[in-house]
Amino acid sequence: MPEMIDQIFVLLKHWLLAYVPAALQPIVSAVLSVVPVLVAFPLLFAITTVLERKGLGRMQNRYGPNRVGPFGILQPMADGIKSLTKEDIIPRTADQVVHFLAPVMLVIASFVVYSVLPIGKNMVLANLNAGVLFFFAVGSMVELSVFMAGWSSRSKYSLLGAMRAIAQMISYEMPLVLASVVVIMAAGSLSTVAIVNMQAGYTGIWPRWYVFTPWGLTGFVIFMIAATAESNRCPFDMPEGESEIIAGYYIEYSGFKFALFFLGEYLGMFATSAMAITLFLGGWAAPFSFLTWIPSYVWFFVKLLIIIMAFIWVRGTLPRLRMDQLMNFAWKFMLPLSIINIVGAGVWHLIPAGFTRWLIDSLLVIVSCVLLSRGIRRGKSFHVRTYRFAS
Amino acid sequence: MLGEGILKGLTETARNFLGSYVSKDRLTTIQFPEERLPQIEATRDFPFLVYDGTEWEAGLRCVSCQICEKECPPKCIYIEKSKDKKPDATGKLQFYPTTFNIDISVCMSCQICVEVCPFDAIKMNVEFEMSSEDRFGGLLLRKEQLAKSNEYYNKIHPTEATAVDAALAEERAKAEAKARQTTEAKAATPAPMATPEAGETK
Repeated sequence: MPEMIDQIFVLLKHWLLAYVPAALQPIVSAVLSVVPVLVAFPLLFAITTVLERKGLGRMQNRYGPNRVGPFGILQPMADGIKSLTKEDIIPRTADQVVHFLAPVMLVIASFVVYSVLPIGKNMVLANLNAGVLFFFAVGSMVELSVFMAGWSSRSKYSLLGAMRAIAQMISYEMPLVLASVVVIMAAGSLSTVAIVNMQAGYTGIWPRWYVFTPWGLTGFVIFMIAATAESNRCPFDMPEGESEIIAGYYIEYSGFKFALFFLGEYLGMFATSAMAITLFLGGWAAPFSFLTWIPSYVWFFVKLLIIIMAFIWVRGTLPRLRMDQLMNFAWKFMLPLSIINIVGAGVWHLIPAGFTRWLIDSLLVIVSCVLLSRGIRRGKSFHVRTYRFAS
Repeated sequence: MLGEGILKGLTETARNFLGSYVSKDRLTTIQFPEERLPQIEATRDFPFLVYDGTEWEAGLRCVSCQICEKECPPKCIYIEKSKDKKPDATGKLQFYPTTFNIDISVCMSCQICVEVCPFDAIKMNVEFEMSSEDRFGGLLLRKEQLAKSNEYYNKIHPTEATAVDAALAEERAKAEAKARQTTEAKAATPAPMATPEAGETK
């Protein structure tokens, strides 16, 4: 019975497909797979926006939205109606076509990456044998659309925002990919489905997730930090920087195009979080062997919501980084650490299982982390800032 | 250690997050339309006209001297002076405003009209929910909307109104005493007609 509930969506799809003539089956099958993703994740976006606003409010000792519907849960609908009815302004000097294409492309790119993410057991749109590679390749399209938006608006603020975004995204793309290399080394496959299947077993009641190894934990932390930067969220929201460059690359966007940018950004965040789950947190696998009766897709979304919660928590805590801090952190800390981590993962596979490899790997990571952080701080003296005023 | 400050910050926000559900004192928000903070006594926004007694039209203190109209920095007051005189609240014959308009979309709440009024006829109101669908007509307050009783004034600014009432009563008593003196003097020596005191109006 648990098995059937777990596979209910797969069975439902096959049952529906049986009623379709054979010639139409491939296309109907594709539609039946894609539509749930197109519905579920924007819905998650709507829920996330209201949860984020309420959560941030509580962290700042405010109520957050509580007027629309019970406890403000209908707020996203009000926001949607508002953005649909707003005037869509295109600057006269803007490049009309590119200006229009940028948000569309962002949303398309954000949706396409979901095709390789296993949402549950046997629930993946396309089991590509280079799934991880596909994910990062399509994910880079976000950079392109961001720059399209910034460049086509013909506004100095949007161009500044786009330049910052490109600098930041390219810098953090590298640790992001290098952090996932350790998992590819361990799993021996680029297929997301194979990676999850590798982690789906249990030793005793404990799961075999990659995050429970020294290199996995380091990789996960690096991946999450880089994912925060990739999705332009606090504390890496330099490209948007409301207080400096107003809204960065989407300053010239209004109405529903702005909402599309917003949607694309959140979808990107969900996608990278889902990738982190797939690579390090065992995808749809249950955290304990005795909890496998809960359907796999439930576990996937629970993990996703926990990661989103962490994103919101970090956003409510940290202030925005400065550009030089951002770049120093990416190039002087994240990149060397992720490369050392790859070495650590290699060492792990060479040494036979036991306490030794734990010790060696942990030491490698901790020592390099301490040294690198010391390297960042070198030549910097922290003191209370004093101001001199003209007399 | 790298990241120590981040952990401290995270605990702080977590404490805020959980604490806001436990203790109501943390949430300083006043849920406005349902909950309201009491206004402080010196609150002011737009001017209104004070009248004595119960009949607003008869009891208006304003004698249409038009000082406020002239002093108003953004020129939001418009007064038309009457041709005839009518008895005021104390029964004395006075000019009165046939039109008294204040455009509150122009008014900047500076209180200069209140300070220059020699008759304590114009005071500042505290009512602020005055939104209107009519952008021009709805924000132009006429005489009948501006007239508010002295009791209302006492209610919204008690300290200030008591002082004003005391000063007015004193002035009135003084004027009566003077009037009695002149009548007595007139009775004693039938002299040429004594001119009525122009400044003493109430």
